[in-house]
Amino acid sequence: MKNRIVLYFSAAQSEQPIIYRLVKEYDLVVNILKANINPQKEGLMVMELTGEKDNYEAGISYLSSLGVSCEPLSETVMWDETLCIQCGACASFCPTEALFMDRESMEISFENSKCVVCGMCLDCCPTRAITLHFDVREAV
Amino acid sequence: MSYTKTYEEINEKIKKGQAVVVTAEEVIDIVEEKGYAQAAREIDVVTTGTFGPMCSSGVFINFGHSNPRIKMKKVWLNGVEAYTGIAAVDAYLGAAQLPESDPENKVYPGRFSYGGGHVIQDLVAGKEIRLEAIAYGTDCYPNRKLETIITLDDVNEAFMFNPRNAYQNYNCAVNLGDRPLYTYMGILRPRLGNAAYSTSGQLSPLLNDPHYKTIGIGTRIFLGGGIGYVSWNGTQHHPNVLRGENGVPQTPAGTLSVIGDLKQMDPNWLVGLSYIGYGATIAVGIGIPIPILDEEILHYTAVKDEDIYCPIVDYFEGYPYKKNIDLGLANFKELKSGRININGKMVVTTPQSSYPRARKIASILKEWIAAGKFEISRPVQMLPGADANIDFKSIPDRRPVNGIVFNSSRMGGK
Repeated sequence: MKNRIVLYFSAAQSEQPIIYRLVKEYDLVVNILKANINPQKEGLMVMELTGEKDNYEAGISYLSSLGVSCEPLSETVMWDETLCIQCGACASFCPTEALFMDRESMEISFENSKCVVCGMCLDCCPTRAITLHFDVREAV
Repeated sequence: MSYTKTYEEINEKIKKGQAVVVTAEEVIDIVEEKGYAQAAREIDVVTTGTFGPMCSSGVFINFGHSNPRIKMKKVWLNGVEAYTGIAAVDAYLGAAQLPESDPENKVYPGRFSYGGGHVIQDLVAGKEIRLEAIAYGTDCYPNRKLETIITLDDVNEAFMFNPRNAYQNYNCAVNLGDRPLYTYMGILRPRLGNAAYSTSGQLSPLLNDPHYKTIGIGTRIFLGGGIGYVSWNGTQHHPNVLRGENGVPQTPAGTLSVIGDLKQMDPNWLVGLSYIGYGATIAVGIGIPIPILDEEILHYTAVKDEDIYCPIVDYFEGYPYKKNIDLGLANFKELKSGRININGKMVVTTPQSSYPRARKIASILKEWIAAGKFEISRPVQMLPGADANIDFKSIPDRRPVNGIVFNSSRMGGK
Protein backbone atom coordinates (compact mmCIF):
# COMPACT_ATOMS: atom_id res chain seq x y z
CA MET A 1 0.00 0.00 0.00
CA LYS A 2 0.97 3.59 -0.51
CA ASN A 3 0.06 6.67 1.47
CA ARG A 4 1.07 10.24 1.91
CA ILE A 5 1.61 11.00 5.56
CA VAL A 6 2.84 13.78 7.77
CA LEU A 7 5.11 12.94 10.70
CA TYR A 8 5.46 15.35 13.59
CA PHE A 9 8.59 15.01 15.71
CA SER A 10 9.50 16.32 19.09
CA ALA A 11 13.04 17.58 19.60
CA ALA A 12 14.22 14.30 21.15
CA GLN A 13 12.64 12.16 18.44
CA SER A 14 14.39 14.05 15.70
CA GLU A 15 17.65 12.53 16.96
CA GLN A 16 16.47 9.03 15.97
CA PRO A 17 17.44 7.43 12.62
CA ILE A 18 13.79 6.81 11.78
CA ILE A 19 14.04 6.69 8.00
CA TYR A 20 16.90 4.24 8.16
CA ARG A 21 14.83 1.83 10.26
CA LEU A 22 11.73 2.19 8.08
CA VAL A 23 13.78 1.17 5.07
CA LYS A 24 16.08 -1.40 6.64
CA GLU A 25 13.79 -3.18 9.09
CA TYR A 26 10.35 -2.72 7.54
CA ASP A 27 11.32 -2.81 3.85
CA LEU A 28 9.37 0.37 3.05
CA VAL A 29 9.98 2.75 0.19
CA VAL A 30 10.28 6.25 1.57
CA ASN A 31 9.92 9.27 -0.66
CA ILE A 32 10.42 12.43 1.36
CA LEU A 33 8.34 15.24 -0.14
CA LYS A 34 9.04 17.91 2.41
CA ALA A 35 11.02 17.97 5.64
CA ASN A 36 11.61 20.61 8.21
CA ILE A 37 13.69 19.18 11.03
CA ASN A 38 16.20 21.16 12.99
CA PRO A 39 18.44 19.69 15.69
CA GLN A 40 17.09 20.33 19.20
CA LYS A 41 13.78 21.50 17.73
CA GLU A 42 10.53 19.88 16.80
CA GLY A 43 9.94 19.23 13.14
CA LEU A 44 7.74 17.71 10.49
CA MET A 45 8.21 15.51 7.48
CA VAL A 46 5.82 14.90 4.60
CA MET A 47 6.48 11.58 2.91
CA GLU A 48 5.06 9.03 0.58
CA LEU A 49 5.34 5.61 2.22
CA THR A 50 5.03 2.48 0.08
CA GLY A 51 5.27 -1.21 1.00
CA GLU A 52 3.53 -4.52 1.73
CA LYS A 53 0.50 -4.04 3.95
CA ASP A 54 2.01 -5.94 6.93
CA ASN A 55 5.28 -4.10 6.66
CA TYR A 56 3.49 -0.81 6.27
CA GLU A 57 1.41 -1.34 9.40
CA ALA A 58 4.41 -2.56 11.38
CA GLY A 59 6.32 0.53 10.26
CA ILE A 60 3.53 2.83 11.39
CA SER A 61 3.37 0.99 14.74
CA TYR A 62 7.10 1.50 15.11
CA LEU A 63 6.66 5.25 14.52
CA SER A 64 3.81 5.37 17.04
CA SER A 65 5.90 3.47 19.60
CA LEU A 66 8.49 6.24 19.38
CA GLY A 67 5.77 8.80 19.97
CA VAL A 68 6.06 10.27 16.49
CA SER A 69 2.66 11.65 15.59
CA CYS A 70 1.63 10.30 12.22
CA GLU A 71 -1.28 11.75 10.23
CA PRO A 72 -2.57 11.32 6.71
CA LEU A 73 -1.78 14.17 4.36
CA SER A 74 -5.32 15.37 4.03
CA GLU A 75 -5.08 18.85 2.62
CA THR A 76 -5.45 19.47 -1.07
CA VAL A 77 -4.49 22.53 -3.06
CA MET A 78 -7.08 23.61 -5.60
CA TRP A 79 -6.25 25.79 -8.60
CA ASP A 80 -9.21 27.62 -10.10
CA GLU A 81 -8.33 28.15 -13.71
CA THR A 82 -11.22 30.58 -14.21
CA LEU A 83 -9.80 32.99 -11.59
CA CYS A 84 -6.20 32.57 -12.73
CA ILE A 85 -4.80 35.39 -14.87
CA GLN A 86 -1.71 33.37 -15.83
CA CYS A 87 0.81 35.73 -14.29
CA GLY A 88 2.95 32.78 -13.28
CA ALA A 89 4.08 34.03 -9.87
CA CYS A 90 3.02 30.76 -8.20
CA ALA A 91 5.28 28.57 -10.33
CA SER A 92 8.38 30.33 -9.03
CA PHE A 93 7.41 29.43 -5.47
CA CYS A 94 6.37 25.83 -6.11
CA PRO A 95 9.12 23.43 -4.94
CA THR A 96 7.85 20.40 -6.89
CA GLU A 97 6.72 21.94 -10.19
CA ALA A 98 3.13 20.92 -9.44
CA LEU A 99 2.36 24.46 -10.58
CA PHE A 100 4.35 24.59 -13.76
CA MET A 101 4.93 27.31 -16.32
CA ASP A 102 5.41 26.23 -19.91
CA ARG A 103 8.16 28.56 -21.13
CA GLU A 104 6.87 28.55 -24.71
CA SER A 105 3.26 29.57 -24.00
CA MET A 106 4.13 31.08 -20.58
CA GLU A 107 0.96 29.40 -19.31
CA ILE A 108 0.48 27.76 -15.94
CA SER A 109 -0.77 24.24 -15.36
CA PHE A 110 -1.34 22.38 -12.11
CA GLU A 111 -0.69 18.71 -11.46
CA ASN A 112 -2.19 17.70 -8.16
CA SER A 113 -0.20 14.47 -7.84
CA LYS A 114 3.04 16.45 -7.62
CA CYS A 115 1.71 18.82 -4.95
CA VAL A 116 3.09 18.44 -1.43
CA VAL A 117 0.76 21.05 0.05
CA CYS A 118 3.57 23.27 1.28
CA GLY A 119 1.26 26.28 0.87
CA MET A 120 3.81 28.62 -0.70
CA CYS A 121 1.51 29.31 -3.67
CA LEU A 122 -1.43 30.37 -1.50
CA ASP A 123 0.09 33.66 -0.43
CA CYS A 124 1.71 34.67 -3.69
CA CYS A 125 -1.42 34.36 -5.89
CA PRO A 126 -2.84 37.88 -6.37
CA THR A 127 -6.23 36.67 -7.63
CA ARG A 128 -6.52 34.02 -4.87
CA ALA A 129 -7.09 31.41 -7.54
CA ILE A 130 -5.22 28.89 -5.38
CA THR A 131 -6.93 27.68 -2.22
CA LEU A 132 -6.43 24.99 0.39
CA HIS A 133 -9.09 22.36 0.91
CA PHE A 134 -9.19 19.86 3.72
CA ASP A 135 -10.14 16.53 2.22
CA VAL A 136 -10.43 13.30 4.16
CA ARG A 137 -8.23 10.79 2.40
CA GLU A 138 -7.56 7.14 3.06
CA ALA A 139 -6.65 6.91 6.73
CA VAL A 140 -3.38 5.37 7.77
CA MET B 1 13.64 57.94 -50.03
CA SER B 2 12.16 55.16 -48.01
CA TYR B 3 8.55 54.13 -48.13
CA THR B 4 6.07 55.96 -45.87
CA LYS B 5 2.36 55.69 -45.06
CA THR B 6 -0.06 58.14 -43.50
CA TYR B 7 -2.67 57.57 -40.81
CA GLU B 8 -5.33 58.27 -43.43
CA GLU B 9 -3.97 55.70 -45.87
CA ILE B 10 -3.84 53.06 -43.16
CA ASN B 11 -7.39 53.87 -42.05
CA GLU B 12 -8.63 53.59 -45.65
CA LYS B 13 -7.23 50.07 -45.75
CA ILE B 14 -8.76 49.27 -42.34
CA LYS B 15 -12.19 50.42 -43.55
CA LYS B 16 -11.91 48.20 -46.61
CA GLY B 17 -10.83 45.28 -44.47
CA GLN B 18 -7.49 45.20 -46.31
CA ALA B 19 -5.12 46.33 -43.58
CA VAL B 20 -2.24 44.02 -42.75
CA VAL B 21 -2.15 43.76 -38.97
CA VAL B 22 0.29 41.68 -36.94
CA THR B 23 1.14 41.47 -33.26
CA ALA B 24 4.38 42.74 -31.74
CA GLU B 25 5.49 39.10 -31.46
CA GLU B 26 4.62 38.16 -35.03
CA VAL B 27 6.41 41.18 -36.47
CA ILE B 28 9.75 39.84 -35.20
CA ASP B 29 9.62 36.74 -37.42
CA ILE B 30 8.28 38.68 -40.40
CA VAL B 31 11.16 41.13 -40.24
CA GLU B 32 13.66 38.28 -39.99
CA GLU B 33 12.13 36.65 -43.04
CA LYS B 34 11.54 39.67 -45.27
CA GLY B 35 13.83 42.37 -43.97
CA TYR B 36 12.80 45.79 -42.67
CA ALA B 37 12.18 47.52 -46.01
CA GLN B 38 9.86 44.88 -47.38
CA ALA B 39 8.07 44.34 -44.04
CA ALA B 40 7.54 48.10 -43.63
CA ARG B 41 5.76 48.22 -47.00
CA GLU B 42 3.54 45.26 -46.21
CA ILE B 43 2.60 45.77 -42.57
CA ASP B 44 0.14 48.54 -41.71
CA VAL B 45 -0.31 48.11 -37.97
CA VAL B 46 1.50 46.28 -35.16
CA THR B 47 -0.57 45.55 -32.05
CA THR B 48 0.85 45.46 -28.53
CA GLY B 49 -0.58 44.29 -25.22
CA THR B 50 -0.02 44.27 -21.49
CA PHE B 51 -1.95 42.86 -18.55
CA GLY B 52 -0.58 43.51 -15.10
CA PRO B 53 -1.16 45.23 -11.78
CA MET B 54 -1.66 48.98 -12.26
CA CYS B 55 -2.46 50.64 -8.93
CA SER B 56 -2.93 54.09 -10.36
CA SER B 57 -6.32 53.21 -11.83
CA GLY B 58 -9.88 54.04 -10.96
CA VAL B 59 -13.34 54.97 -12.09
CA PHE B 60 -15.35 58.19 -12.15
CA ILE B 61 -19.02 57.52 -11.47
CA ASN B 62 -22.09 59.73 -11.56
CA PHE B 63 -24.74 57.92 -9.54
CA GLY B 64 -27.69 60.11 -10.52
CA HIS B 65 -29.72 61.72 -7.74
CA SER B 66 -31.70 60.27 -4.88
CA ASN B 67 -35.03 61.80 -3.95
CA PRO B 68 -34.62 64.05 -2.01
CA ARG B 69 -31.32 65.03 -3.60
CA ILE B 70 -27.99 64.51 -1.84
CA LYS B 71 -24.59 66.20 -1.90
CA MET B 72 -22.43 63.28 -0.91
CA LYS B 73 -19.83 64.00 1.76
CA LYS B 74 -18.65 60.42 1.90
CA VAL B 75 -19.65 57.48 -0.26
CA TRP B 76 -18.89 53.77 -0.12
CA LEU B 77 -19.32 50.97 -2.66
CA ASN B 78 -19.36 47.57 -0.98
CA GLY B 79 -17.75 49.29 2.01
CA VAL B 80 -14.89 50.76 -0.06
CA GLU B 81 -14.79 54.53 0.06
CA ALA B 82 -14.78 56.60 -3.12
CA TYR B 83 -13.61 60.20 -3.22
CA THR B 84 -16.55 62.59 -3.53
CA GLY B 85 -14.93 65.99 -3.00
CA ILE B 86 -16.32 66.91 -6.41
CA ALA B 87 -19.92 67.57 -7.50
CA ALA B 88 -22.89 66.24 -5.51
CA VAL B 89 -23.22 62.71 -6.87
CA ASP B 90 -19.90 62.35 -8.67
CA ALA B 91 -17.19 60.19 -7.15
CA TYR B 92 -13.86 58.59 -7.97
CA LEU B 93 -13.24 55.05 -6.85
CA GLY B 94 -9.54 54.18 -6.73
CA ALA B 95 -8.25 50.66 -7.31
CA ALA B 96 -6.01 50.64 -4.24
CA GLN B 97 -8.68 51.88 -1.81
CA LEU B 98 -9.42 49.53 1.12
CA PRO B 99 -12.54 49.15 3.25
CA GLU B 100 -12.20 50.99 6.57
CA SER B 101 -12.71 47.67 8.34
CA ASP B 102 -9.66 46.12 6.65
CA PRO B 103 -7.06 45.09 9.26
CA GLU B 104 -4.31 46.20 6.84
CA ASN B 105 -0.91 45.09 8.14
CA LYS B 106 -1.94 44.99 11.80
CA VAL B 107 -1.63 41.25 11.54
CA TYR B 108 1.42 41.12 9.30
CA PRO B 109 1.36 40.27 6.48
CA GLY B 110 -2.19 41.46 5.77
CA ARG B 111 -4.42 39.66 3.28
CA PHE B 112 -6.11 42.65 1.55
CA SER B 113 -8.81 40.40 0.16
CA TYR B 114 -11.10 43.12 -1.16
CA GLY B 115 -10.51 46.67 -2.31
CA GLY B 116 -11.35 49.23 -4.98
CA GLY B 117 -10.05 47.04 -7.80
CA HIS B 118 -12.38 44.24 -6.74
CA VAL B 119 -15.34 46.65 -6.62
CA ILE B 120 -14.51 47.79 -10.17
CA GLN B 121 -14.36 44.19 -11.36
CA ASP B 122 -17.69 43.43 -9.63
CA LEU B 123 -19.27 46.51 -11.21
CA VAL B 124 -18.10 45.53 -14.69
CA ALA B 125 -19.32 41.98 -14.08
CA GLY B 126 -22.81 43.43 -13.54
CA LYS B 127 -22.93 42.39 -9.89
CA GLU B 128 -25.10 44.18 -7.34
CA ILE B 129 -23.13 46.70 -5.30
CA ARG B 130 -24.12 48.15 -1.94
CA LEU B 131 -24.08 51.95 -2.18
CA GLU B 132 -23.94 54.00 1.03
CA ALA B 133 -23.49 57.73 1.39
CA ILE B 134 -23.68 60.39 4.06
CA ALA B 135 -24.09 64.16 3.71
CA TYR B 136 -24.49 67.25 5.90
CA GLY B 137 -27.61 68.43 4.06
CA THR B 138 -28.18 71.72 2.26
CA ASP B 139 -31.26 73.57 1.07
CA CYS B 140 -30.72 72.24 -2.43
CA TYR B 141 -29.50 68.79 -1.33
CA PRO B 142 -31.42 67.92 1.85
CA ASN B 143 -30.78 64.16 1.99
CA ARG B 144 -28.27 63.18 4.67
CA LYS B 145 -28.06 59.44 4.37
CA LEU B 146 -28.46 56.93 1.62
CA GLU B 147 -28.27 53.15 1.50
CA THR B 148 -29.23 51.15 -1.56
CA ILE B 149 -28.19 48.54 -4.09
CA ILE B 150 -26.96 49.49 -7.55
CA THR B 151 -25.50 47.88 -10.63
CA LEU B 152 -23.42 49.42 -13.41
CA ASP B 153 -26.61 49.83 -15.47
CA ASP B 154 -28.12 52.09 -12.81
CA VAL B 155 -25.48 54.80 -12.92
CA ASN B 156 -25.39 57.63 -15.48
CA GLU B 157 -21.74 57.54 -16.35
CA ALA B 158 -18.92 55.29 -15.30
CA PHE B 159 -15.63 55.89 -17.00
CA MET B 160 -12.27 54.52 -16.15
CA PHE B 161 -9.61 57.18 -15.76
CA ASN B 162 -6.20 55.87 -14.84
CA PRO B 163 -3.54 58.45 -14.01
CA ARG B 164 -0.62 56.05 -14.55
CA ASN B 165 -0.71 52.85 -16.59
CA ALA B 166 1.45 50.93 -19.04
CA TYR B 167 4.81 51.76 -17.43
CA GLN B 168 7.56 51.77 -19.99
CA ASN B 169 9.82 49.19 -18.38
CA TYR B 170 10.02 48.40 -14.67
CA ASN B 171 12.44 47.30 -11.96
CA CYS B 172 13.33 43.69 -11.38
CA ALA B 173 12.83 43.40 -7.61
CA VAL B 174 15.03 41.33 -5.30
CA ASN B 175 15.59 41.03 -1.56
CA LEU B 176 19.12 41.28 -0.16
CA GLY B 177 17.81 41.15 3.41
CA ASP B 178 17.36 38.17 5.70
CA ARG B 179 13.58 38.14 6.02
CA PRO B 180 10.80 37.77 3.45
CA LEU B 181 9.44 41.02 2.02
CA TYR B 182 5.83 41.59 1.04
CA THR B 183 5.81 44.20 -1.69
CA TYR B 184 3.85 45.44 -4.68
CA MET B 185 6.16 43.19 -6.66
CA GLY B 186 4.85 40.22 -4.66
CA ILE B 187 6.71 38.13 -2.10
CA LEU B 188 10.47 38.55 -2.23
CA ARG B 189 12.35 35.76 -0.54
CA PRO B 190 15.39 36.67 1.54
CA ARG B 191 19.02 36.45 0.39
CA LEU B 192 18.22 36.78 -3.33
CA GLY B 193 15.59 34.03 -3.09
CA ASN B 194 13.75 35.22 -6.19
CA ALA B 195 13.61 38.10 -8.66
CA ALA B 196 10.20 39.62 -9.47
CA TYR B 197 9.61 41.42 -12.74
CA SER B 198 6.71 43.05 -14.50
CA THR B 199 5.85 44.28 -18.03
CA SER B 200 5.24 42.13 -21.08
CA GLY B 201 8.64 42.79 -22.70
CA GLN B 202 8.53 42.59 -26.49
CA LEU B 203 4.71 42.90 -26.40
CA SER B 204 4.60 45.94 -24.12
CA PRO B 205 3.14 49.10 -25.73
CA LEU B 206 5.75 51.70 -24.81
CA LEU B 207 8.67 49.32 -25.35
CA ASN B 208 7.50 49.06 -28.98
CA ASP B 209 7.35 52.82 -29.40
CA PRO B 210 10.23 53.89 -27.18
CA HIS B 211 10.31 57.52 -28.35
CA TYR B 212 6.50 57.98 -28.38
CA LYS B 213 6.47 58.59 -32.12
CA THR B 214 2.92 57.27 -32.60
CA ILE B 215 1.47 56.90 -29.10
CA GLY B 216 0.26 60.29 -27.88
CA ILE B 217 -2.73 62.16 -26.55
CA GLY B 218 -5.84 60.90 -28.30
CA THR B 219 -4.47 57.52 -29.38
CA ARG B 220 -7.34 55.01 -29.51
CA ILE B 221 -6.54 51.87 -27.48
CA PHE B 222 -7.89 48.60 -26.10
CA LEU B 223 -8.70 49.33 -22.46
CA GLY B 224 -10.15 46.72 -20.12
CA GLY B 225 -11.85 44.91 -22.98
CA GLY B 226 -13.42 48.08 -24.43
CA ILE B 227 -12.20 51.04 -26.40
CA GLY B 228 -10.35 53.80 -24.61
CA TYR B 229 -7.95 56.62 -25.33
CA VAL B 230 -4.63 57.95 -24.16
CA SER B 231 -5.65 61.10 -22.29
CA TRP B 232 -2.28 62.52 -21.24
CA ASN B 233 1.14 61.32 -20.27
CA GLY B 234 0.90 59.33 -17.07
CA THR B 235 2.06 60.55 -13.67
CA GLN B 236 5.79 60.00 -13.07
CA HIS B 237 6.32 60.17 -16.85
CA HIS B 238 10.09 60.39 -16.93
CA PRO B 239 11.42 59.79 -20.44
CA ASN B 240 14.85 61.30 -19.90
CA VAL B 241 16.59 58.13 -18.70
CA LEU B 242 19.36 55.75 -19.71
CA ARG B 243 18.44 54.07 -23.00
CA GLY B 244 19.97 51.32 -25.08
CA GLU B 245 21.14 51.81 -28.67
CA ASN B 246 17.68 50.69 -29.79
CA GLY B 247 16.12 53.59 -27.86
CA VAL B 248 14.54 51.32 -25.27
CA PRO B 249 14.79 52.71 -21.73
CA GLN B 250 16.75 50.62 -19.25
CA THR B 251 14.84 51.91 -16.23
CA PRO B 252 11.18 52.78 -15.61
CA ALA B 253 10.52 55.70 -17.98
CA GLY B 254 7.37 56.88 -19.79
CA THR B 255 3.83 56.27 -18.55
CA LEU B 256 0.33 56.78 -19.91
CA SER B 257 -2.84 58.22 -18.51
CA VAL B 258 -5.83 56.52 -20.13
CA ILE B 259 -9.58 56.92 -20.22
CA GLY B 260 -12.51 54.80 -21.43
CA ASP B 261 -16.15 53.90 -20.91
CA LEU B 262 -16.42 51.31 -18.12
CA LYS B 263 -19.79 50.18 -19.44
CA GLN B 264 -18.08 48.71 -22.53
CA MET B 265 -15.48 46.83 -20.52
CA ASP B 266 -15.16 43.21 -19.47
CA PRO B 267 -14.34 41.67 -16.05
CA ASN B 268 -11.81 39.37 -17.73
CA TRP B 269 -9.65 42.39 -18.49
CA LEU B 270 -10.14 44.28 -15.20
CA VAL B 271 -9.29 41.93 -12.37
CA GLY B 272 -9.13 42.86 -8.67
CA LEU B 273 -5.86 41.76 -7.06
CA SER B 274 -4.70 41.18 -3.50
CA TYR B 275 -0.99 41.50 -2.73
CA ILE B 276 -0.24 39.95 0.63
CA GLY B 277 1.36 42.42 3.03
CA TYR B 278 0.96 45.23 0.50
CA GLY B 279 -2.61 45.99 -0.50
CA ALA B 280 -5.36 45.66 -3.05
CA THR B 281 -5.07 46.74 -6.66
CA ILE B 282 -6.29 45.87 -10.15
CA ALA B 283 -4.87 44.18 -13.23
CA VAL B 284 -5.69 46.30 -16.26
CA GLY B 285 -5.59 45.06 -19.82
CA ILE B 286 -4.21 47.57 -22.32
CA GLY B 287 -3.48 47.12 -26.00
CA ILE B 288 -2.14 49.86 -28.26
CA PRO B 289 -1.90 49.76 -32.05
CA ILE B 290 1.24 51.14 -33.64
CA PRO B 291 0.79 52.34 -37.24
CA ILE B 292 3.80 51.47 -39.39
CA LEU B 293 4.26 54.93 -40.88
CA ASP B 294 7.82 54.22 -41.96
CA GLU B 295 10.70 51.82 -41.60
CA GLU B 296 12.03 53.47 -38.46
CA ILE B 297 8.78 52.76 -36.59
CA LEU B 298 8.87 49.18 -37.79
CA HIS B 299 12.39 48.88 -36.36
CA TYR B 300 11.07 49.83 -32.94
CA THR B 301 8.16 47.36 -33.07
CA ALA B 302 10.49 44.50 -33.99
CA VAL B 303 12.22 44.80 -30.60
CA LYS B 304 12.92 41.41 -28.99
CA ASP B 305 12.96 40.33 -25.35
CA GLU B 306 16.74 39.87 -25.52
CA ASP B 307 17.14 43.54 -26.46
CA ILE B 308 15.17 44.82 -23.45
CA TYR B 309 16.92 45.35 -20.12
CA CYS B 310 15.69 46.47 -16.72
CA PRO B 311 17.52 47.35 -13.52
CA ILE B 312 17.78 44.81 -10.69
CA VAL B 313 16.75 46.65 -7.53
CA ASP B 314 16.99 45.61 -3.88
CA TYR B 315 13.68 46.11 -2.05
CA PHE B 316 15.12 45.45 1.41
CA GLU B 317 17.01 48.75 1.62
CA GLY B 318 17.73 49.95 -1.91
CA TYR B 319 14.23 50.89 -3.01
CA PRO B 320 12.48 51.84 0.27
CA TYR B 321 15.37 53.94 1.59
CA LYS B 322 16.67 55.16 -1.77
CA LYS B 323 20.07 53.55 -1.34
CA ASN B 324 22.11 53.10 -4.47
CA ILE B 325 22.94 49.40 -4.69
CA ASP B 326 24.16 48.40 -8.14
CA LEU B 327 23.01 44.89 -9.02
CA GLY B 328 23.25 45.36 -12.77
CA LEU B 329 20.62 44.86 -15.43
CA ALA B 330 18.37 41.91 -16.20
CA ASN B 331 17.43 40.89 -19.70
CA PHE B 332 13.83 39.99 -20.55
CA LYS B 333 14.66 36.83 -22.42
CA GLU B 334 16.48 35.53 -19.36
CA LEU B 335 13.76 36.77 -17.00
CA LYS B 336 11.17 34.85 -19.03
CA SER B 337 13.35 31.72 -19.05
CA GLY B 338 12.72 31.37 -15.30
CA ARG B 339 16.22 32.09 -13.96
CA ILE B 340 18.67 34.96 -14.06
CA ASN B 341 22.24 35.30 -12.92
CA ILE B 342 22.77 37.93 -10.22
CA ASN B 343 26.36 38.30 -8.99
CA GLY B 344 27.07 34.70 -9.90
CA LYS B 345 23.96 33.27 -8.25
CA MET B 346 21.16 31.72 -10.31
CA VAL B 347 17.93 33.26 -9.07
CA VAL B 348 14.38 32.08 -9.82
CA THR B 349 12.24 34.72 -11.53
CA THR B 350 8.70 35.64 -10.47
CA PRO B 351 6.52 37.34 -13.09
CA GLN B 352 3.84 39.83 -12.03
CA SER B 353 2.43 40.69 -15.43
CA SER B 354 0.60 38.00 -17.42
CA TYR B 355 2.37 37.27 -20.68
CA PRO B 356 -0.37 34.94 -22.05
CA ARG B 357 -2.99 37.63 -21.38
CA ALA B 358 -0.82 40.32 -23.01
CA ARG B 359 -0.51 38.06 -26.04
CA LYS B 360 -4.29 37.60 -26.10
CA ILE B 361 -4.91 41.37 -25.95
CA ALA B 362 -2.55 42.00 -28.87
CA SER B 363 -4.38 39.34 -30.84
CA ILE B 364 -7.88 40.68 -29.99
CA LEU B 365 -6.82 44.17 -31.04
CA LYS B 366 -5.39 42.70 -34.24
CA GLU B 367 -8.77 41.05 -34.96
CA TRP B 368 -10.66 44.29 -34.27
CA ILE B 369 -8.48 46.25 -36.68
CA ALA B 370 -8.40 43.56 -39.36
CA ALA B 371 -12.20 43.36 -39.20
CA GLY B 372 -12.51 47.10 -39.75
CA LYS B 373 -14.01 47.70 -36.29
CA PHE B 374 -11.18 49.77 -34.87
CA GLU B 375 -9.46 52.62 -36.66
CA ILE B 376 -6.13 54.05 -35.64
CA SER B 377 -5.92 57.67 -34.57
CA ARG B 378 -3.32 60.36 -35.05
CA PRO B 379 -2.42 61.86 -31.67
CA VAL B 380 -3.71 65.40 -31.20
CA GLN B 381 -0.51 66.11 -29.29
CA MET B 382 2.61 64.06 -28.75
CA LEU B 383 3.86 63.09 -25.28
CA PRO B 384 6.91 64.80 -23.81
CA GLY B 385 10.02 62.90 -24.93
CA ALA B 386 13.54 62.60 -23.60
CA ASP B 387 14.39 66.05 -24.97
CA ALA B 388 11.78 67.63 -22.68
CA ASN B 389 14.29 67.10 -19.84
CA ILE B 390 11.64 66.32 -17.25
CA ASP B 391 13.13 66.16 -13.74
CA PHE B 392 12.15 63.33 -11.45
CA LYS B 393 11.16 65.10 -8.26
CA SER B 394 10.80 63.98 -4.65
CA ILE B 395 8.85 65.52 -1.78
CA PRO B 396 10.93 68.33 -0.28
CA ASP B 397 11.86 67.93 3.38
CA ARG B 398 10.79 71.22 4.96
CA ARG B 399 9.54 71.94 8.47
CA PRO B 400 6.48 74.21 8.66
CA VAL B 401 7.25 76.84 11.36
CA ASN B 402 5.07 78.42 14.09
CA GLY B 403 2.09 76.37 13.14
CA ILE B 404 1.66 78.32 9.92
CA VAL B 405 0.95 75.50 7.56
CA PHE B 406 -1.13 77.14 4.86
CA ASN B 407 -0.69 80.21 2.77
CA SER B 408 -2.14 82.81 5.17
CA SER B 409 -3.04 85.43 2.58
CA ARG B 410 -5.36 82.96 0.90
CA MET B 411 -6.80 81.64 4.18
CA GLY B 412 -7.49 85.08 5.68
CA GLY B 413 -8.50 86.75 2.44
CA LYS B 414 -12.25 86.49 2.89
